[in-house]
Amino acid sequence: MEWETVIGLEIHAQLATRSKIFSGSATAYGAAPNTQANLVDLGYPGVLPVLNVEAVRMAIRFGLATGARIARRSVFARKNYFYPDLPKGYQISQYERPVVEDGSLEIVLDDGTRKSIGITRAHLEEDAGKSLHEDFHGLSGIDLNRAGTPLLEIVSEPDLRSAKEAVAYMKKIHTLVRYLGICDGNMQEGSFRCDANVSVRPQGQPEFGTRAEIKNLNSFRFVERAINYEVERQIELVESGGKVVQETRLYDPDRGETRPMRSKEEANDYRYFPDPDLLPLAIDDAMIESARAGLPELPDEKAARFVRDFGLSDYDAGVLTSSRELADYYETVVGRLGGQPKLAANWVMGELSGALNKDNLEVAQSRVGAESLAGLLARIADDTISGKIAKDVFEAMWTEGRDADAIIEAQGLRQITDTSAIERAIDEVMTGNPRQLAEYRAGKDKLFGFFVGQVMKATQGKANPAQLNELLKRKLGG
Amino acid sequence: MRRRARKPRNLTIAATFGKARCMICVGFFPSREPFSMSLTRAQVEAIAHLARLQITEAQMPVYVDSLSRIIDFVEQLSAADTSGVDPMAHPLADQVQRLRPDEVTEADRHEKFQHNAPSVAAGLYLVPKVIE
Amino acid sequence: MSLHTQSVAELAAGLASRQYSSLELTLHFLGRIERLGPDLNAFVTVTADRALEDARRADATRARGEGGRLTGVPIAQKDIFCTDGVLTTCSSRMLSTFVAPYDATVVERWKAAGTVLLGKTNMDEFAMGSSNETSFYGPVKNPWDPARVPGGSSGGSAAAVAACLVPAASGTDTGGSIRQPAALTNLTGIKPTYGRVSRYGMIAFASSLDQAGVLARSAEDAALLLGAMAGFDPRDSTSVDVPVPDYAAELGTSLEGLRVGVIREFFDKGLDPAVGALVQAALDVLRARGATIREVSLPALPLSVPTYYVVAPAECSSNLSRFDGVRFGHRCDSPRDLRDLYERSRGEGFGDEVKRRIMTGTYVLSAGYYDAYYLKAQKVRQLIAADFARAFAEVDVVAGPTSPTAAFGLGAKTSDPITMYLNDIYTIGANLAGLPAISIPCGFVTEGGRDLPAGLQLVGPHFSESRLLAASHQYQQLTDWHRRVPPGFE
Repeated sequence: MEWETVIGLEIHAQLATRSKIFSGSATAYGAAPNTQANLVDLGYPGVLPVLNVEAVRMAIRFGLATGARIARRSVFARKNYFYPDLPKGYQISQYERPVVEDGSLEIVLDDGTRKSIGITRAHLEEDAGKSLHEDFHGLSGIDLNRAGTPLLEIVSEPDLRSAKEAVAYMKKIHTLVRYLGICDGNMQEGSFRCDANVSVRPQGQPEFGTRAEIKNLNSFRFVERAINYEVERQIELVESGGKVVQETRLYDPDRGETRPMRSKEEANDYRYFPDPDLLPLAIDDAMIESARAGLPELPDEKAARFVRDFGLSDYDAGVLTSSRELADYYETVVGRLGGQPKLAANWVMGELSGALNKDNLEVAQSRVGAESLAGLLARIADDTISGKIAKDVFEAMWTEGRDADAIIEAQGLRQITDTSAIERAIDEVMTGNPRQLAEYRAGKDKLFGFFVGQVMKATQGKANPAQLNELLKRKLGG
Repeated sequence: MRRRARKPRNLTIAATFGKARCMICVGFFPSREPFSMSLTRAQVEAIAHLARLQITEAQMPVYVDSLSRIIDFVEQLSAADTSGVDPMAHPLADQVQRLRPDEVTEADRHEKFQHNAPSVAAGLYLVPKVIE
Repeated sequence: MSLHTQSVAELAAGLASRQYSSLELTLHFLGRIERLGPDLNAFVTVTADRALEDARRADATRARGEGGRLTGVPIAQKDIFCTDGVLTTCSSRMLSTFVAPYDATVVERWKAAGTVLLGKTNMDEFAMGSSNETSFYGPVKNPWDPARVPGGSSGGSAAAVAACLVPAASGTDTGGSIRQPAALTNLTGIKPTYGRVSRYGMIAFASSLDQAGVLARSAEDAALLLGAMAGFDPRDSTSVDVPVPDYAAELGTSLEGLRVGVIREFFDKGLDPAVGALVQAALDVLRARGATIREVSLPALPLSVPTYYVVAPAECSSNLSRFDGVRFGHRCDSPRDLRDLYERSRGEGFGDEVKRRIMTGTYVLSAGYYDAYYLKAQKVRQLIAADFARAFAEVDVVAGPTSPTAAFGLGAKTSDPITMYLNDIYTIGANLAGLPAISIPCGFVTEGGRDLPAGLQLVGPHFSESRLLAASHQYQQLTDWHRRVPPGFE
């Protein structure tokens, strides 16, 4: 039996507004418990919600960036259920008439093909607070700082057919919301959360199978593993005569498996109805055009431009545009270098990214700025140092914070490009290694590398490799 | 400040089961059965759970009866011809939601708010353990 | 004439001309409340210390030559308005220890106008009721006959003002809770257009129906006090940004040419004929002064009560979910688990009528029933609003009785919820359509050897409060029903 996997993702992106969606409380992460929860956030008797304009603008930007329809009138609805982190006993969300509908996003699969993934809707809603379970002797502690933070819930069509596609889509959304400046994408802090709806069906069957929802996956790796596990589980279940139950499950990263959530014993009847405390949200052409005018160059556009203008491969362009900060860094380097886009690409994707990852830093926190890196690359381009030496220089720049020229000077790392100096070194090595010389001339070609190595050693690695190769070939040839 | 002494509440509903005084006439005052069971006990229990309201065994029949009467009463609406009519979202038809600027306007007043809270520790509201 | 039978307008003049101080006035009313209040049970909290502070401040303000017309005038607030530092209970066990941490906009504005807060008045629990018999603190008595109800849910405010324990008080009206008690206690009660007065700080019952308003002894007083509470509030998204007219200045508009539509559907078999006769007589007075009276028909109006009893419970079932024993309000002892915390805190905290309405609301919103009940009711509501709009194309105001009967006996209607609900039959339509409406005294019927007041109701198009108040004021120049004080309270 051939099985097909069907996945839809629901992504909750916390919008990067200064204040909450319905109150003027701050949204900054990490404040002491309940110090950023005012009467509205706490659901006190008599208080009322008032909508934050920036949350609306951010939703519009997302809609425009995904080619979606922006609703001219959308409605806020109450989703009613009881939970301690939900102070009013209902969440203000959008139900029948969301602000954004019918968008799409293109992902690139492993084999390079492109696939369009539908975005059914994106709507505005408020986040709930947090429950803390430790330290309270059988009690939970509720912190409502997060209650009322604006969320954009982004719902995909069930167009995804594998865990890899799901991750590609999730990464694309992650990049996009950061490009748009609407969400910081920080999954550790909970600003970007993903639920996956997973089902399987026999290949060729038009009806969807029963789906299970896996909640709160907060890393790309977990999403991939959880989906793979869940698909396996469902297939095994059905193949052994069982039926998939529609339920909510949690992913346990330690065990690498999904489990049903204990607290949701029965399906909740949310009793959605339009929130009478809020009037319909009206969005006019002026607001949409203003948002459109303020859109940055989007990731796909930028990647295409990199391919076109810098001659980069799709893959390289994709990596370099995976964040706006990285793309801007790269362009600054190329700009300063006045060319050499491929050299710059290799270094940004290679040494720079490696150093950032090792020290767990964001691009913005890089210890070597774009201008500085350009300075180093210029010295490779003008043959002052070799690429190999440059890597050492870079490391020194990273740890010491000095620029390339200062380090090259201080350590005397200039390449030797003087032909006669190189020839002299070659002559010495040839004289000092008569046996290898004879063997090479007798036909043992691979000894060429030996001679390269010896000359490099003799010149402390500073011989210009291209010149060395040419001269060595000539001299060894006899 | 002086407060009124609490008086016991009036639970005469059970006592006059089926013998309610009513005004019977057409228009505003539809005729009614003296006893109604349009809602079952199971339904009322389910509703009470959804609404997180504890209803005691003794109270249950009273609630089943009164809720049934109410649902019977509002059943009149089904006869109204509302074809082509939109539901009223707001009494003031042309009003749209006001948008407020994205500014932080609130200071931390959690001590004042938590002064009278039923159960608080380390700034957190305490509840029986929430099981995930 | 004694201090306590004077109108707000008269007291304002007296304060301005230094006939007496606000402190004297306040002490006088506090004394009356102490003597006469307990039997009526009109107050949940008497804020004596605060009142004296307010009064002294008002006197100092006047001494500096500052302040406005209402500076120093004592008032009471229905216990549904959050009052900073003061117990705010909604007459419910759920909030019996709740000291509000902020002022409702209504409280802020009357305070800013210089009024003196005498106390928080008793009400039906969470504003759900038409007789003030669902209060956790016991029923309120009607000063006209203590064996009868004052109406509800603003029964405490009505009784207090009618008994001259306070010159005026705030109320709220979701289905008639200002107008019906006004009619049953011989007061002028106005519910403004939806959105005219801010709901911020007014503990919500049914969000799309609730409005704050005034109970006073005359239209002029109502005009003064409504003017001081009305106006746009950015904290309430449903608050309308429309300028507030100077209602008091516009009271002189004559009745000449006023087109009055008498609602045919109101003069039905359920109406007490004696009340009907008084309303007809009141219309005759208007006619004699140049108003034209004609009949109008609002055919969807008979569905207003069932419509209301779907929409209001639906909204309240959600609004009251915040009362869960976690952050404020009543919490049960030793909750076993989360479910127990919710079910017992709420089961203990709420009275029967509140629980009934929460459950009704939960039911009509639940899966499978939403379309048949809630959605249907909101459509019928549209029909009712359309009926009024059609009528207002032909007439300036529509008129009828406020209540089908005069005040009924305590316990007379508590056996069957529907019987109680039908008290609001004439008032609910205005709430459903968001229209302003006023009830004014139009005479007395006699029952059980007692004179019991009846009310004439006028309903106008959106933002026509000036016209309603002016017409009422003109009527009150021609009649003196509104001046009568219940025996024993003169």
